[in-house]
Amino acid sequence: MGPLVRLSFESDRPRKAGLDEAGALRAALAAAGRDLLNLSARAGSGAAECLQFQLALLDDETHVEPAFARIADGLSADAAWRRIMDDLIHIYGADPSEYVRARRLDVADLRDRVLTALHGERRAEGPPAGAIVVAEDLPPSRFLELDWSDGGGIVLSRGSTMSHTAILARSSGVPMIVQVGDIPNASQAILDADAGSLELDPSEETLRAFVRTSAARAMRAPPAVRADLGAPATYRGERVQLLLNIEGPESLSHPASRFADGVGLMRTEFLFLGRNETPNEEAQLEVYRAVLRWAGDRPVTIRTVDAGGDKTIGGLSDEGEANPFLGMRGLRLSLRRPDFFAVQLRALARAAVNDRLKVMFPMVTVPSEFEAAKAMFYRIVETLRAEGREARVPELGMMVEVPAAALTIADFDAAFFSIGANDLTQFVMACDRANGTVSHLYDPMNPAVVELVRRVADHGRARGAPVSLCGDLAGDPAHTQSLLKYGLRELSMSPNSLPAVKSAILAIGEAVLV
Amino acid sequence: MERKHPLTVKPVSPAPPQGREDAAGASVKLVHAFGMHARPAVKLTRLARQFRSRIALRVEGAAEWIDAKSAAKVMAMRAPCDSTIEFVATGSDARAAVGALTALIANDFLDVGG
Repeated sequence: MGPLVRLSFESDRPRKAGLDEAGALRAALAAAGRDLLNLSARAGSGAAECLQFQLALLDDETHVEPAFARIADGLSADAAWRRIMDDLIHIYGADPSEYVRARRLDVADLRDRVLTALHGERRAEGPPAGAIVVAEDLPPSRFLELDWSDGGGIVLSRGSTMSHTAILARSSGVPMIVQVGDIPNASQAILDADAGSLELDPSEETLRAFVRTSAARAMRAPPAVRADLGAPATYRGERVQLLLNIEGPESLSHPASRFADGVGLMRTEFLFLGRNETPNEEAQLEVYRAVLRWAGDRPVTIRTVDAGGDKTIGGLSDEGEANPFLGMRGLRLSLRRPDFFAVQLRALARAAVNDRLKVMFPMVTVPSEFEAAKAMFYRIVETLRAEGREARVPELGMMVEVPAAALTIADFDAAFFSIGANDLTQFVMACDRANGTVSHLYDPMNPAVVELVRRVADHGRARGAPVSLCGDLAGDPAHTQSLLKYGLRELSMSPNSLPAVKSAILAIGEAVLV
Repeated sequence: MERKHPLTVKPVSPAPPQGREDAAGASVKLVHAFGMHARPAVKLTRLARQFRSRIALRVEGAAEWIDAKSAAKVMAMRAPCDSTIEFVATGSDARAAVGALTALIANDFLDVGG
């Protein structure tokens, strides 16, 4: 329940045929300049300083000119402007001076002001905490910028439950419904994500009824979750590891985390998303060590940055790819940007002095990519040791998400495998997981997907290489027993899913005994 | 690019080529640290933009010359206090430009400081 706030700026402005993109940008720059002048006339001297800097940036031809060059190359005005501003944010983000790094806010603010002018809309304040956000779609970076501290929810007219935003929403407990179609304007709304319903401008009576039922729901413990969650999970006498998918150390504060056997997937791209600043080696090392400290003697698997797809990182990801999920992403992108990749590998090699750490690479397609990444890791460890630093090559594994990798799994010399069920399903079913209109085909239990899951699990057993499965499938208790039957003994899921899955396995164990 | 000119710094030593092209260079000692601060960066670029010449600056000995008209770049310039700032300009009003900019810094950006 909360105020309804509509967001629309981040998705690209549709390009109208024959529209002069350069002219549109020039007009938006002029409009933004007028805004700033008006504001600075009213603002106090502290704010005026930041406004003056923004005005100076607008006048900075060296800075602005490349946007017009990109438009001449065929980019839209939005994309061109965003690119040059994000590049500058990236440069400032890497600056050793905290003052310069802090100027990124001014740059981002100016970027958005001009984008808003391009869209011909009034500049809107960010939605208040607790708002129900309505949008056509919501990119993960935008999700991270919003304040969810006081509840709120997401209603998307398009979107998909399989997007990375949905993954984030799930792990943060933010209710979200998708594929709603056009949403009329309203000032207040009740969002019931369990029922998949949105009630606009509810009556007093409905509001009272909602408060009653949500209180009742909060009282009712979820029936599937058992009290003995601390017990180890086993299946046919074999230990089953239930691991966590996390975005960073913050995810570990979830109350269910303590029942986990370790971290199965740390998605390090979330260290980079939504903050415009590339964390340096020391900052990354600190984060990895924090997760290892939490884990104690439990294993921690960290995945190197999986940028690209729907997770773009300023200054790193390619923009304007027609098929970003099939494009320059995951390990492909890391290998193309060794400067960027080396920083992460150095931090990981230093963290790997703790031998609970394992590292895996995303979106591996052919063995040569995996070998290249491995070779780079070995070189980096040598370099670090030559510098007199402690470093170690951890166990190196790979995500199995690409059907080609699953089909030729025996050709990969990896210490362990982790099946990325979300992407694998999307690729096997030729089904965009961000497109809700084809979600009926997006079925991770389709026999074609299962065939590949079993193939990888069998290979791992034969070779003695552990195989885990991460992705939403791992967190769905309805499929837990099937996954165990396929031979999987490691499942990695969001902390939210862990109690239900563990309960399911404990229940299976008892049924077998009886 | 202005960088291919032989950069003569201190004293001003223009070797005017043909026509109205002119070149000037000068260096000046910085009183307070700047760069990393919006107000002086904005002042400096705004003043530089009043001249037609191309103007570049750097901290003495730095590898890279920075476009004095680019707020984006001057903002991120690191110039600790007591460092020497070098200017070089080419164009019809190069000498005036360098004179005005060194004066701005010599006067500690007028109201900047403290």
